[in-house]
Amino acid sequence: MPKKNSMPVKDRGVETGDEILSAERCLQIHRIMVRARAMEERMIKMSKSGEGFFWIGGPGEEAFNACLGLQIKKGQGPTFDFLHLHYRNSATMIAMGMELIDGIRQMGMTWTDPFSAGRNFPSHFSRKEWNVVPVSSVIEVQFAMAPGTALVQKRHGDGVTIVVGGDAGAAEGDFTTCMLWSSRPGNELPVLMITMNNGWGISTAHCTQHSCEHTIERGKAYGIAGEVVDGNDPVASWFAIERALRYVRSTRSPFMLEAMVSRLHGHSSSSGAPRSADPDCLALFEERLLSANVIDRPGLERVHREARQEVDAAVEKAGQEKKPTPAEIEKFTYAPSAVDAVYPDDYTGLP
Amino acid sequence: MVQAVRLALHYGEENLGVTDVFGEDVGPPLGGVFTATQGLKTAWNTPLDERGIVGTAMGIAYAGGRPVCEIQFCDYGFNTIDLLKVAGNQRWAGGGGWELPLVLMTPSGSGIRGSLYHSHSFESWASRLAGWKIVMPSNPLDAYGLMLSAIADPNPVMVLLPKALLRLKGDKLIPGEPADPDKLKSMIDAPVGDRSRWKPNWPDVKEFFIPIGTASVVREGDSATVVSYGRTLPLCVQAADSIRKQSGATFDVIDLRSIFPYDWKAVSASVEKTGRILIVNEDTEVTNFGEHLLRRVIDEHFYDLVVRPRVLFGRHLPGIGLNPVYEQNSVPQLASITTALADLMSEEA
Repeated sequence: MPKKNSMPVKDRGVETGDEILSAERCLQIHRIMVRARAMEERMIKMSKSGEGFFWIGGPGEEAFNACLGLQIKKGQGPTFDFLHLHYRNSATMIAMGMELIDGIRQMGMTWTDPFSAGRNFPSHFSRKEWNVVPVSSVIEVQFAMAPGTALVQKRHGDGVTIVVGGDAGAAEGDFTTCMLWSSRPGNELPVLMITMNNGWGISTAHCTQHSCEHTIERGKAYGIAGEVVDGNDPVASWFAIERALRYVRSTRSPFMLEAMVSRLHGHSSSSGAPRSADPDCLALFEERLLSANVIDRPGLERVHREARQEVDAAVEKAGQEKKPTPAEIEKFTYAPSAVDAVYPDDYTGLP
Repeated sequence: MVQAVRLALHYGEENLGVTDVFGEDVGPPLGGVFTATQGLKTAWNTPLDERGIVGTAMGIAYAGGRPVCEIQFCDYGFNTIDLLKVAGNQRWAGGGGWELPLVLMTPSGSGIRGSLYHSHSFESWASRLAGWKIVMPSNPLDAYGLMLSAIADPNPVMVLLPKALLRLKGDKLIPGEPADPDKLKSMIDAPVGDRSRWKPNWPDVKEFFIPIGTASVVREGDSATVVSYGRTLPLCVQAADSIRKQSGATFDVIDLRSIFPYDWKAVSASVEKTGRILIVNEDTEVTNFGEHLLRRVIDEHFYDLVVRPRVLFGRHLPGIGLNPVYEQNSVPQLASITTALADLMSEEA
């Protein structure tokens, strides 16, 4: 944690308690948040205009997710971090280097969609070269898979597994599976379990489902330490993620982090995706950036304008790209196999 | 057969990159409730959590490992069905970005007086899991060759082990297997009692792949075609041999070996030749995998058939009861297969 010094905060960055995030880092995070928000809001419009059929994503989780993406040990293979994300992690992907057009491509169901070739819902990311395993709509299954990647990582280097889900999804048995398999005595695994607690499971309120306020309380039964952080605060989130990753990376054992966040556009387009009155992490951060004199209003407007232009260009370009054809329905079902007499290359219909 | 599985896993550890063999009671001291994993250097025990087993296998595969996981009885795999679906669609859903080289092996079917939850069949369920490959041996050599292919294949492969045949001795040796069964037993079977200091003395078994999707024609004939796999396959052979002795009728008896992809060429060629087909398995009869084969036979060979094609399968019941009366009358046995086969070949065209 950086030490406070006598320099005024406005010249040093933004602070939460004793923690200060540099102006440079704040601007980097802010730009990611703005770009993520611009992409998501455009995707919501696409879901209503017929350019897409369904939207689900992460407005309200950008502050935490941008900080997460910037601290990933990014790469391919077990010596790098593995990510088992949920469908609200667009800001994490953007922080890791995802171009906005890739999110738009998936929304627009193009063949050029690098995550699913136009097959999966938006925000269902998959990127092997970054160890981002395919996001599934099936709630919490990623928590059953996370011990597997972590088990291999424990044998190689200092990579860790990061698994993300919502508070409502913690009701699934796979959440318990992850706690149990990651904390076996003598076989602890480097897993960072992250709960994004927005207080809702579609229309079911957290307080009507969970008897404990925080999911990390369940970690106590498994000897897993945890922390709750204000996920609407990028400064607090940055340092909480930093602490959690340092712990998991160095001890090769699990840790639980719960981020209290907002759900700004409902569960998905299935509920109309109306804007809620919940605290907006982006607006809150911008007020702090202005107060700390990290950026001025014209500067903010410029970031927003550039993000809108980037999204506009992405929609324009993606709209002209190739769509899947009937000939590609079966493609990528199977990997080529030297021991398969029927499908040596890929699936080609019934035997 | 269980020794063949063990030898295949050992070969896989040494030559095909198997990194983890795991499941409930799979590691020492037991080495599997059927002893399929005794002495394996990468075998370890898991919590009693089938979803954790399947999920962890997926994770290991993602991270570059080569896992072979076991569901102790397929009856306990039903709560993993959505994970199995996810495993099967990862490559397709991810636009080809990922490979998921994992093997799931599980004992399937009846034949050990297993009552409600040690007698289920799984192949019909499994055949609906697109993206998976499903194999089921009926003899030790095939178990060895199919397991090696399952390990070598870079896709999810399910190996269904017919539990009634796990103690079966084969009439063909695995390449490198000692000819003396007692010698093999002394080399690789763990002793009863304290086995904490026991180590297997593995024979130098060799590479032997049975390509996925290849059937085996175990009897050749002209009177009719019989397609089966797993526990009912040797019963079909017995029935065919018995009828041949009595009447001279001869049968193509096809051991499918791969449920998916299945060897349609072999089935198709035989039906074209005989015009009569009986498909036999022990899964329950409503939306049975055999019904799919029957549909294709009707679609593609309607005018080749000389009598109605048929399927013999398990009855649509909530389970198989413990009293032998239940099992004998729930799933095909030698007598019912023989009767069905005799009816098939004797029906007037």
